[in-house]
Amino acid sequence: MLEPIGQRQVLDLGEFTQANVTQIIGLGHRLTFEDVLGLVDNVFGPGDPNLVQADVTLTQRFLDSILQFPPETFDAVLVWNTLEYLSRHLVDPVVERLHRVLRPGGVMLVCFRADTRDQITVQQSFRIADTRTLSVHPKGHRQAAHLLTNRSVERTFERFSSVKFFLSRDAVREVIVRK
Amino acid sequence: MWNRRKEDTSTPVPSTQPPAPSMLAREGIPLSTLPARNTEYEAPAASNAGIRSATIGKSVVIKGQLFAREDLFIDGEIEGSVEMLEHRITVGPNGKVVAGIKAREIVVLGTIHGNVEATEKIEIRKEAKLVGDIRTVRIVIEDGAFFKGSIDIAKPEVKPAAQRGGSSSAPQASAAAAAASSESNR
Repeated sequence: MLEPIGQRQVLDLGEFTQANVTQIIGLGHRLTFEDVLGLVDNVFGPGDPNLVQADVTLTQRFLDSILQFPPETFDAVLVWNTLEYLSRHLVDPVVERLHRVLRPGGVMLVCFRADTRDQITVQQSFRIADTRTLSVHPKGHRQAAHLLTNRSVERTFERFSSVKFFLSRDAVREVIVRK
Repeated sequence: MWNRRKEDTSTPVPSTQPPAPSMLAREGIPLSTLPARNTEYEAPAASNAGIRSATIGKSVVIKGQLFAREDLFIDGEIEGSVEMLEHRITVGPNGKVVAGIKAREIVVLGTIHGNVEATEKIEIRKEAKLVGDIRTVRIVIEDGAFFKGSIDIAKPEVKPAAQRGGSSSAPQASAAAAAASSESNR
């Protein structure tokens, strides 16, 4: 996905970390950050995501702020597991905007927790160690808004051309979504 | 897709002293991999004794263009533009800058809304909030910072040694800065 084949436009929706910046830019790509969970915290504040994200005014402010890029700007988007922390009524508009800003043939990496029973979960920070290694760091606790099954993941990305699941260790499912 | 390496509670401890910045520059490493600093920020007067540095206090609001020929510490509010190509600018924890910034070195502990350009290095500390595009030669990021924008890593400029003194091209405004208009809300 991030192989150094020419310069690609990469959008990272995760945490702003030295590791990811170093690796992605080191591969020659152009990197744009949009810290979705940071924006969620700034707009909605702390609390049960299904309660605080129900506010109509704040929801509109959030949607006015997020993913305001021209269409077909990015070749790749690193979504990580941010969608799990968005209330269901926010997921569809966010995925729609991801579809809009991704170029045809562009790919997204999305991660989902494999254990769908645990609602209060340890938040994870994903860091690219090298082109073949991803390290997962625990980062406190954060309540997920919902946990998705494989079927609901397929439905979420049904407007994309392909959705591929990868089994992985550490109770995380990796999904590669191609436009 | 990736092999996964889970790190539970043990975080790697740097075993050696980080290399000097001059070493990194010599090796052509564009991005710093130095571990994040955990030390609290020290006021410029205490940490850089002997080095000229101006301070904009946290009760000061400046609107306009800001030029300086010395290092600058901003703990107040700036709206407009800031340019100090030969010097270092530090946006303190109370600092709020709504402006484009161009400097040799930029350290962010507070808030910046605007594009920033550093000819040498940008440091973004935890608790910092930066909304805008970054253009720099090297970047150091501490965990916990908020950033929204793109990062463009430029190749370092190679300057002849004779020009490093930088006396002729600097703006005439002195010390803490010449602002087109400024106001204090003390």
